Amino acid sequence: MMLLWLILIPFLGGCLAWAFRGRHADASRWVSIAALSLDLPVLALATRAPSGAWLDRLNLPWIPQLGINFELGLDGLSLLLVLLTLLLGIVAVIISWSEITERTGFFHFNLMMSLTGTIAVFLALDLFLFFFAWEVMLVPMYFLIALWGHERRIYAAIKFFLFTQGSGLLMLVAILALAFVHQAKTGVFTFDYFALLGTPMSRATEFWIMLGFFIAFAVKLAAVPFHSWLPDAHTEAPTAGSVILAGVLLKTGAYGLLRFAVPLFPQAAMAFAPTAMLLGVIAIIYGALLAFGQADFKRLVAYSSVSHLGFVLLGIYAWNTLALQGVVVQMLAHGISTGALFILAGALQERLHTRNFAQLGGLWASLPRLSSWGLFFAIASLGLPGLGNFIGEFLVLLGTFQRHPVFAVIGAFGTVTAAAYALLLVQRAFHGTPRKVEVPDLRARHIAVMAGLAVAIIWLGITPQPVVDTAAPSLAALQASAATPGPGAK
Amino acid sequence: MNSSTLPFLILTITPVIVMLLIAAKRDHRLTASVTAAGLIAALASIFLVLPAGTITVTPLFLIDGYTLFFLFLILTSTLAVLLLSYHYLERMQDGPYEEYYLLLLLTALGGAALLASLHFAAFFLGLETLSIGLIGLIAYPRRRERALEAGLKYLILTGVSSSFLLFGMALIYLDYGTMSFAALGRLWDSSPASDIYAYAGFALLLTGIGFKLSLVPFHMWAPDIYEGAPAPVTALVAVVSKIAIFALLFRFFVLLGGYRSPSLLWVLSLVAIISMLAGNLLALLQDNLKRIFAYASISHVGYVLVALLAGSATALAAAFTYLAAYAVTMIGVFGVITLLSQPGPGHDADQLETYRGLMWERPWLAGAFTVMLLSLAGLPPTMGFIAEIYVIAAGVGRHLVLPLAALIIGSAIGLYYYLRIIVVMLSPAPRRVAPAPRARLGGATVAVLLVLLVWFGVFPAPMIAGVQQTVASLSFAPRTAPGSGDIFAPQRPAKAFADRESKARTSNMFNF
Repeated sequence: MMLLWLILIPFLGGCLAWAFRGRHADASRWVSIAALSLDLPVLALATRAPSGAWLDRLNLPWIPQLGINFELGLDGLSLLLVLLTLLLGIVAVIISWSEITERTGFFHFNLMMSLTGTIAVFLALDLFLFFFAWEVMLVPMYFLIALWGHERRIYAAIKFFLFTQGSGLLMLVAILALAFVHQAKTGVFTFDYFALLGTPMSRATEFWIMLGFFIAFAVKLAAVPFHSWLPDAHTEAPTAGSVILAGVLLKTGAYGLLRFAVPLFPQAAMAFAPTAMLLGVIAIIYGALLAFGQADFKRLVAYSSVSHLGFVLLGIYAWNTLALQGVVVQMLAHGISTGALFILAGALQERLHTRNFAQLGGLWASLPRLSSWGLFFAIASLGLPGLGNFIGEFLVLLGTFQRHPVFAVIGAFGTVTAAAYALLLVQRAFHGTPRKVEVPDLRARHIAVMAGLAVAIIWLGITPQPVVDTAAPSLAALQASAATPGPGAK
Repeated sequence: MNSSTLPFLILTITPVIVMLLIAAKRDHRLTASVTAAGLIAALASIFLVLPAGTITVTPLFLIDGYTLFFLFLILTSTLAVLLLSYHYLERMQDGPYEEYYLLLLLTALGGAALLASLHFAAFFLGLETLSIGLIGLIAYPRRRERALEAGLKYLILTGVSSSFLLFGMALIYLDYGTMSFAALGRLWDSSPASDIYAYAGFALLLTGIGFKLSLVPFHMWAPDIYEGAPAPVTALVAVVSKIAIFALLFRFFVLLGGYRSPSLLWVLSLVAIISMLAGNLLALLQDNLKRIFAYASISHVGYVLVALLAGSATALAAAFTYLAAYAVTMIGVFGVITLLSQPGPGHDADQLETYRGLMWERPWLAGAFTVMLLSLAGLPPTMGFIAEIYVIAAGVGRHLVLPLAALIIGSAIGLYYYLRIIVVMLSPAPRRVAPAPRARLGGATVAVLLVLLVWFGVFPAPMIAGVQQTVASLSFAPRTAPGSGDIFAPQRPAKAFADRESKARTSNMFNF
């Protein structure tokens, strides 16, 4: 039952946040923080009785006529991602304290709904429920971008929505096709993840259905060539929206690949792996090059996300233990470092009303705290050893090298280009001729958030073992299910 | 006469009572109450006769689960429209109002006849009754120029499309010598349409039905009528008339054995595909909400056609679910427009700009509208989401690749204009003219629709169970092989459906 509460608490918190909009200016914020914080002990409680790779399971009938159940499961992988969601959720509420002053009730309602949907995505084990949650997290994010975003918010929001919704429908067709194929083979119409694992099907069928899943997840993961929504959405979103988008929503794509696209279609995934890895490598290099050419702080960070998530794609399709561990660490590290950079971009925008490098520069003297945090997270983003991103990228490259040395070698260049754009970011935004700007530096609230994120990324960089250990059983289970094709497979 | 005809009898007697009542005493409230009572009695009687099973009434009508399911939909829709209309008419202050209810009942009666018809005569009878009711209703606000214009347009179009239908029927009769759907299907088995008259007949028939369903390329009239008609009547046009005609088309197609004719399927696929695409694309260009929903309804009929094309038991259940969701959502949408509309001879609240900032002025109404738009867009947690998935499932089960592709592209385009309306409602509000006075009945109706929409969107199990039971109880089903005997002969429920399903199961469905 804990898993149900894990979803219900943020949902109810969101409703309350909206209901309290008139009472007090900050009531919605406190309600949201309280709900997300309350979810943390619930998450801890859910891990009490592990069985196998699964820490907790829940299965309730939902639409039995169509073989649909309300089935949730928490394993190490989902645990880490839910934890990231909750923490970044709290961060998002805190950093929008001074930025969002209009319609706060509805803002927090949307934020919480999006987080609810994301948590449900990480827990769902019924493919229909998964799709339901997948859609639920979209609409609120659309509102966040369209209502509280920057100049071209409507354009960005609609582009975001069309990309993700279009590909989502493609995934729906793939899910239904899988269910029908399963029914044709076994006579049972079901959307249950475990039942559908190892469904025997012909090569061509498996490939096409896998492709439906892959495209939906690749769009979410902003893999080249499906990345073009990302820079717009991230740039135009309010800071909290960018943090949630980059930190959490993009991870649902990676999670989907790990949980569904590869284990459900092992042979097709194997055959497709070189193509996917190629796309990953292209994303690493291409994203970095584009990031290098940006004149907008947030756009640069957005393109750096494309590059970082290229490592995730590369690692997933390398599909060995090392690479998968790297993927998990990279997902967490990217969530933290990119989130922090977006927060700093938001802080700059709030103070100087611009994100354009042409109007920035020379800020170190006037805004020393903001600038030094900027330097720290830019360096984290370029993958300095001792910080989380390094571990992630290193493990991914190591794992990939065992499978496809060529891709690993090309991917490794990504770390060089990362250094280029990250340092360029620092140089153009903070260095240069000192300039006097009459704005306050970072306040205590932001500094606390930055310090928390910094601790997290240093911890991840120095002792990644606990994270790796947490994810290990579920990664092993995923690898095992992908390795044993069902009975009668061709 | 069998007791199974009870809902129909009540529905026939009520207009007579209402007519006499109007003659005796003009009283808006009383007339509305009697009409509502008649509709509720008819609805209640549906549940009474439900266990009676399938009954043919003369060679013209068939009362079975199919008829009763759609009758339930049509009657509840009519009732909802009535509740929405009451205060709307009051505010118009341009009496008399009583005949409105008479016309409303006529429309429902015509729709009901269509649902049950098994014969061209019944088909035409139902259609004309429906159309006459609608013409009167559309032009009811006689001081509104737009409404009169729309009424006239509808009159002419109805006349033209009916004459297409009649001519088509005549040509088919010329060839086969029968007007009964089932007999036609049997004759078609022995001698498939090869004759130019039959071809022309079917083409004219489809054209007529296409006009009535406003399918592309017969859709030109829809936006004008939707815009001109008073908002509650627009809901009636969008819901009752479309559901009734679609139900008829589905039954006709199945009884005729249209699934054996590749050319018929091909034509219908083409119409479905262009309706889905063109409907959504044209809606993008509009700034008038009623016109947007006119185009949206064109595309939605296209989506249900995918279920018709699939033609399996799943598809029939999907069509039921989809039309139920469509009815709830469309009436809800036009209900909100009705509630926001100003009294007087102007026009309804149909300009997009009227909705700017509505969320901050009337949050509940705007919230309800938002959920309804999400339902039209097929997003959770709404009935529209479940229904769209059901239709897609039916299509996937029959590997209708092209119609499915059009459905997906169409609904992705559709998102754009639905979201646009939502964003306008959420933007900061400018000062507006005095808001329309509140209408309790209408407000309650919209609230009930909203609850239904979300409840069945989150817990669709009871609805789907009901729909599947209805489908299983049906004895008419698409036939696969020629000469498979009388379709009214007792057989295992929906056996032919099951046959079709199992056939598909044996072959790999993805022969790319």
